[in-house]
Amino acid sequence: MSGNADIYHEMIVEYSRHPSNYGKIENPDISYHDSNPLCGDSIDIFMKVQDNKVTDIKFQGRGCAICMSCTSVLTELVKGKAIDDVKKIQKDEILGELGLQNLQAVRIKCALLSLKVLKYGLYTYLAGKLKDANADALKAEASALY
Amino acid sequence: MQTTFSVEHIRKDFPILQRRVRNDRPLVYLDNAATTQKPVQVINAISDFYTNHNSNIHRAVYALAEEATEAFEEVRDKVARFIGIKDRQEIVFVRGTTEAINLVAYAWGRQNIASGDIIMTTEYEHHSNIVPWQLLAKERGARLEYIGMDDQGTLILDHLDRYLQTGRVKLVTVSHMSNVLGTITDVDTIIKKCKNAGVRVLIDGAQSVPHMKVNVQELGCDFFAFSAHKMLGPTGVGVLWAKKELLEAMAPFHGGGDMIREVHKYETTWNDLPYKFEAGTPNIADVIGFSAAIDYLEKIGMDFVRKHEIELTKYALEKLSSIKGLKIYGTPDLSRRGGVISFNFADIHPHDLATIIDEDGVAIRSGHHCAQVLMERLDVAATSRASFYIYNTKDEIDVLVSSLNRAARVFKL
Repeated sequence: MSGNADIYHEMIVEYSRHPSNYGKIENPDISYHDSNPLCGDSIDIFMKVQDNKVTDIKFQGRGCAICMSCTSVLTELVKGKAIDDVKKIQKDEILGELGLQNLQAVRIKCALLSLKVLKYGLYTYLAGKLKDANADALKAEASALY
Repeated sequence: MQTTFSVEHIRKDFPILQRRVRNDRPLVYLDNAATTQKPVQVINAISDFYTNHNSNIHRAVYALAEEATEAFEEVRDKVARFIGIKDRQEIVFVRGTTEAINLVAYAWGRQNIASGDIIMTTEYEHHSNIVPWQLLAKERGARLEYIGMDDQGTLILDHLDRYLQTGRVKLVTVSHMSNVLGTITDVDTIIKKCKNAGVRVLIDGAQSVPHMKVNVQELGCDFFAFSAHKMLGPTGVGVLWAKKELLEAMAPFHGGGDMIREVHKYETTWNDLPYKFEAGTPNIADVIGFSAAIDYLEKIGMDFVRKHEIELTKYALEKLSSIKGLKIYGTPDLSRRGGVISFNFADIHPHDLATIIDEDGVAIRSGHHCAQVLMERLDVAATSRASFYIYNTKDEIDVLVSSLNRAARVFKL
């Protein structure tokens, strides 16, 4: 069983200093913000969508190394993917990519904040596009995934 | 040498300090500004109450109720003595400092704050001394304004003077000691200025009463609040002290049992002080546990507590400032600073830092410490915070320092 300090391996430290896809997209099709009230981590995700594909994704925010590296990995996973595939992304995929399967419970929110922001943003966008009045139900679905 | 011996002696009274955590490392508990550990005397007092005396208080006539009521009411006398208050009727038991401040905001604030009035607080307050006033200000059409601080975390009292001159200030509410910077507020000057201007003052003593001798009567403020759990006592117990004439004029906070004299279908008269503000069954067992905490502190003496913390803080500030890339917040003047040290370490996020040093058994706090207004002022998202109490040792500070050095290696600083 790996200790908690082992989570700070090279890749995580590297991502924390040089996150992937960091920045802002002008006139994004999707933009969503959320923060973690307990620690103050804060993430904005911006996406461009074309032909049901996420053609570009960027994020901005402040957070710990876990938050920044998971957000980096998430944006790498999402870029170029069909929306239907993005909807299927699960937390284990992100955690697995960074060897964080055993992340302690108190830090899991740091790892998954960006996935929450992504899903909320995506579902809000889809709800608007489908002119679906039931956006709350879609958000609940997003929340359940998180 | 005497001090070291005493602290070793004190540590034996705290069962939790024997614990090992994570990789079988001895616990180094440095989050005392959040809550302190409990000595066996406090744990036993609570256990003894439930084992031998448990009953509700104030009404029943049987033996247990008499014992419980007597034990509970004795604590009120003890608390009054401990903070230098003469009149026991001015001591109101609440759930904690947060509830005490909310009580004042609700019961006094709604009667005394009107549209256009100003309530003043400081940039280094805990959320519990900001949010209740924001709620009140919004409801009454009043304004909440701030006494700013310099870069070392000392209040700029000129700001207070300027606002007092407007004649609109009705209340100044400040913490006696910052829970992030450790700054000891110059409450004497603030209270003097406010008295001259006829302005009420609330002092949040959550961080001061546990760590130094405080005589509330001599301070001369109007309201004073603190919590038991930050001074060896149980959670869920706090104290509001207020001048009798204010408590008498204030409307009740919560309605219910115990706070009434007579209840009729459409009208109720209030019980005497302090019961008017103690609706419902209070936290009897924990108030009795708090009594043991006060006994403990009185036994070792508040002068010892303060002296020990100054010594630890001096040592920690020296050690920490020798670490390259570590930025310490707050004043270096130990006479104006309690045993709280907030810092940031290069570009390591405080949460990552706390997780890494937790591996070594070191418990420090990371985050905004319920002081986001201060974080904004310092222009940081979060800080790490080590805070000390009577049972901490220089050896533990050495463990913290070596753990920080390990974190530097993990993050390749």
